[in-house]
Parts: sequence; structure tokens; C-alpha cells
Amino acid sequence: MQEIAWSVTLWLVLVLAAAFIYVVMKSGDKAEAAVVQGAAGKIRSVLFWVLLVAGVPVTMVTLADLPYAAATTEGESQVVDAVGSQWSWALSQSSVVSGRPVEFRVTAADASHGFAIYNSSMTLLAQTQAMPEYTNVLRYTFAEPGTYKVLCLEYCGVDHHNMMTEFTVVAP
Amino acid sequence: MTTTISKGARQSVVAYAATAAAVLLLLMVFGLLMRASQAGGLALPADLFYQVMTAHGIGMVGIAGMCGAAIMWYFLGHYVDLSTKIFVLNLILFLVGVVMILSAIFIGGFAGAWTFLYPLPAKSGGVWEAGAAALHLSGVLLIGVGFLLFHLDTGRAILSKYGSIGRALGWPQLFGGSTEEAPPPTVVASTMVLIVNVLGLLSGASILAISLVNLFVPEFGIDPLLGKNMIFFFGHVFINATIYMSVIAIYEILPKYTGRPWKANKPFLAAWTCSTLFVVIVYPHHLLMDFAMPTWMLVMGQVISYLSGIPVLVVTAFGVLSYTHRSGLKWDMAPSLLFLAAFGWAAGAIPAIVDGTIVVNLVLHNTQWVPGHFHTYLLMGLVPMVMAFMYYLAGNAGTGLDRGAFWAFLVGGFGFTFTFLWAGKESVPRRFAEHLPEWMGIDALGAVFAALAILGVVVFAVRFLGRVGHLVKA
Repeated sequence: MQEIAWSVTLWLVLVLAAAFIYVVMKSGDKAEAAVVQGAAGKIRSVLFWVLLVAGVPVTMVTLADLPYAAATTEGESQVVDAVGSQWSWALSQSSVVSGRPVEFRVTAADASHGFAIYNSSMTLLAQTQAMPEYTNVLRYTFAEPGTYKVLCLEYCGVDHHNMMTEFTVVAP
Repeated sequence: MTTTISKGARQSVVAYAATAAAVLLLLMVFGLLMRASQAGGLALPADLFYQVMTAHGIGMVGIAGMCGAAIMWYFLGHYVDLSTKIFVLNLILFLVGVVMILSAIFIGGFAGAWTFLYPLPAKSGGVWEAGAAALHLSGVLLIGVGFLLFHLDTGRAILSKYGSIGRALGWPQLFGGSTEEAPPPTVVASTMVLIVNVLGLLSGASILAISLVNLFVPEFGIDPLLGKNMIFFFGHVFINATIYMSVIAIYEILPKYTGRPWKANKPFLAAWTCSTLFVVIVYPHHLLMDFAMPTWMLVMGQVISYLSGIPVLVVTAFGVLSYTHRSGLKWDMAPSLLFLAAFGWAAGAIPAIVDGTIVVNLVLHNTQWVPGHFHTYLLMGLVPMVMAFMYYLAGNAGTGLDRGAFWAFLVGGFGFTFTFLWAGKESVPRRFAEHLPEWMGIDALGAVFAALAILGVVVFAVRFLGRVGHLVKA
């Protein structure tokens, strides 16, 4: 997902930059304002509709599978209770099985924290906020066994950057 | 019809701009210190790092507001009758607030970040006392009061001239088929900012007051999620308003070089009415990882994020292109910086919209992608708008030195912001005092680019400050 975000951003910024550079190159070639504005109005209309129409499928696709899940009551998920406090994580279990959904029930004991799961390559896989008085449910299915890290991604005070823990994912 | 502003009013604007130049530079150096420390080249202790981070964040938000206020007030004063006393009072309250905030941070050790996320100010883990937090929050509140007075005065002046908010936004022309000339773009933009910032400031002042009482009476609290909503509503609206105020420089200054007056036509009026609504209701995109939020609000956050890009791209950025295209303008410093600013604002909106997608936010939220996108539209959007305003005020077309500084700023600025985005792609967290060795290469590159951008701003600022005496006497 990160690579997609990066590529989309780079390409769109480059297209935008090309438009600005083109106008700079043509700025010295003087023409009547009415002539330029007339053509620009048509291009503006096309641009508006292209953005609006393109946005519809993008919105539908990206909203199709949201990460928000209610807590399950049956035993289909592995449940891990996670509590953040300055500056450590307490997990109810340190090992889960790959290939089956894990339900992280995340809260905080003092200030707000951010519960973020990183793999062994330190790539961020998923996250949710850890907030006092609330339990956020994050469901994730680990494809690969291994050692995973939990980092705090919501600034919470002087030792925020050291608020880490680990858990293992084992094969079924 | 426009009028010229008085000498006292002009001097007040110069005072704002001079303050902005000095504070922006100081806070940029703070930013460089943080990047250098993350790169391992400068070992700031964690407590000092987070103090510097807090000062950089709250300081930049505040000074961006002052920059926007100066630009808006200067040009709005050509159309309506504003109070110079209120304008100066806002500056005084700001300066007093800054002293309180810096004292709380560097003497009291407060390091709760600019977001002062409830209940962190009261939960320092033993690092700072309640008194330091109270001083900080009071300083922010004082600055907020100054801005509220400032906007109420602009509201009074706009209403006394145009009669209603709707007329000042050009609704009779947009919806009623009126053939009268619409209000000037500056009035439309100022009215939009009036609406959104009064709402934002009231929300911010409320949560600041609650947090202040909570410091000394812990039983007096607020639902943390509601508190977070109030903070991010305030923060989102206020920082967006800084750009919406500053963009007035484009509408007013660029036409003086292109010879093509910026008209408040129907697309322009529609865009600003839409932006008024969007800025108010889009703030849940800051809370996409708060799964306890109502899902409809988070979906709305994504959808409105997408829609918010349309007025920025289709009206302002495209407008700059169409007004500049084949205009024969001379690329003095002011139009050069404004053109760059339009690009920076629009370019920054792109990674912001990408991050406003819920499934993307799941892996980018609170990584360095976030400072990547907001530095793009603030450092490369708002800052060049402000610098252009300074060159315009000073009547300085620019020399070879200025143009060298322009390119240093352009290359350094975009290099700096894209190293943030790159780090975000690599999952590097934001707001970490210490980085893993594998992240430090990007940090070092970011620090080099930051230094180059600052070099450019040093030239811009010094060139303006060198003319302040002349401007005050003129």
C-alpha cells in the first residue's frame, strides 16, 4: 500500500509540475487576456468533470473494505488485549497463530497512544489508536510466522520512541 | 472601490511581517536541529528534542496565523474599515503568549506537542509540573483570544459594508442571478476565514479551558475522544485558515504583474462557498485511526478530503496558471514566489488526499508521510506567499542574490518535504527523538535539504528586515 501511495503521489505531482513549467515557458509570449481566459474556462470545466468522475470509482473501491470491526463474541478470532501506558505495552498473550484472524482489543491506561504493528523488516502493517476509556478493535491476519513489533505512533511523552514490545506469530 | 490604508496601519503590517520573518527563521532552525538529531549528527537528549518539537509545532502554527492575518488585514483594509488598534492588540497578545509558551517549554520543561492531546498535559510521567502545562495552555489561549478579536473585527467591518455574510460570500451572484459585481476575492476569502476560524477558535478555547481546569482538578475532565475531536477541529481549521488568508496575496499581488485582475466569477464564488463547508466538516480525516468514532464520520472525512482538492486545484492553482499564461509578466521576486506557492499548495494537497484515504491511512498515519504533506503546502505554499508579500511590501524586485536564494529555497524545500514522504513510505514514525540506524540516511538527506531551504529564507528575511526602517518611515 505504501508503494502505491508513493507512486500515485509522485506521478500526480509530476503532472502538476509539468503544467506549471509549461506556463512559465509560455509566460513571455504575450496574448490578449480574453483569448487565454476563454480557452482556460473550457479546460477548467473538463478538469473539474475529470476529477469528479475519476473520484467516484476511486472512492467506491477504497471504501469497500474498511478496517473498522466490531469485537467478535465467538471464538473464530484469536483475541489479544493490548493496553498502552507511559511508556510500555501490556499484551495479554505474546504468541498468535498465522493464517487466522487476530483481534487486538486496544486501550490505554493514561494518555493516548498509537498501537502500530511492524514486521521484521520494520514495515508498518496496521494500526489503531489506544485511548483511555475506549477499546479500539483491530483485526489482522498474519500471513507469515515470525517476530513482530508494536510501536507507539501517538506522541505520549519523553520516552515515546522507546515504547515498543514484541510478539511472535507461529505456524498453525 | 478600494482605498489606501493609513501610515499607522501600514507600519503595523510591517511589524507583523518583521516578527514573522524573525520567528519563522528561528523555528526553521529548530526544525533543522530535530532532523539533524534524528540523523545522528546532533545528539539532542530526548527531553530537549520533544521540547524543541513542541516549540517548533505550536510556534509554526501561531506564526503561520500571524502571517496570514497580516496579509489578509493589509488587503482587506483596502475594501472595508478595519481597526488598527485590534490588529496591534492581536500582535501584543501573540508576543505575550509566545513568552509564556517558551517559558513553559524551556524553563518548565513542558513537551506536550502542539496538539496538547488531552489528557497528556496532565499526564507528563513526572517530566513537567502542572504549572508548566498551565503556563503553556494559557499562552496558547491568550493567542487564541487575540485571533478571535481579530476575526470579530474583520466580521464587524465586512458586515457593516456588505450587510450580511451571504452577500460578502457573493451568494446573490452565485445563487440569486444578481448581475451586480460580486465582492472582491479578498472579501470573499476573508469572510470564509471569519466563519471557519471563529468556530475553530471557540472549539480550541473550550478544550484549552477544560484542560487547564483538569490540570488542577483531575475529577473535572472530558471524554478523551470528544476532547480529541475538539482539538483536531480547532487545529485543522486554524492551520487551513492560515493558507486561506495568505492566498489573498496571490489574488491581489499577481494581477499587478500579469495585468489581469482576479475576478470573483461564479466558479470562484462556488469554490469558496464549498471550501467553507469542506474545511468545517473534513476534520475527521485526522481521526481515521480512532476506530471508536462513528464510521459515517470517518467515511465523510475521506470523501470530503477528496472533494476538498477540487477548489484548490481547479480554482486557485488553475487560476494562477490561466492568469499567468502568455501574460508577458516580468518574473520579479514577488510573482516568482507566488507562482511557486500556488504549486506548493496544490502539490501538498496530493499526498494529503492520498493519506486521507482510510485504507492508506492505516499504514501512513503518524508516519513521516504526515509532516511530508503538511510541510509541502506550508513550507512550499504558505511560506513563499508570505515572502512574496514581504518583497511586495518592500518594493523589492530582486537581484541575483534573491534569485539564487529562490532556487536554494525551491530545491531545498522540495528535497526536504520529499525526504519526509519517502521516510513515510518506509514506515518511519513521526515525532521520534531517536531513529533506527536504517532510517538515518533519509534523515541526513532531509537535514541537508532543510539547511539549503533555510539558507534561502535567510536571504529573503534579511532583505526584508534590512528595509524595515525605510518602510516604517515611508
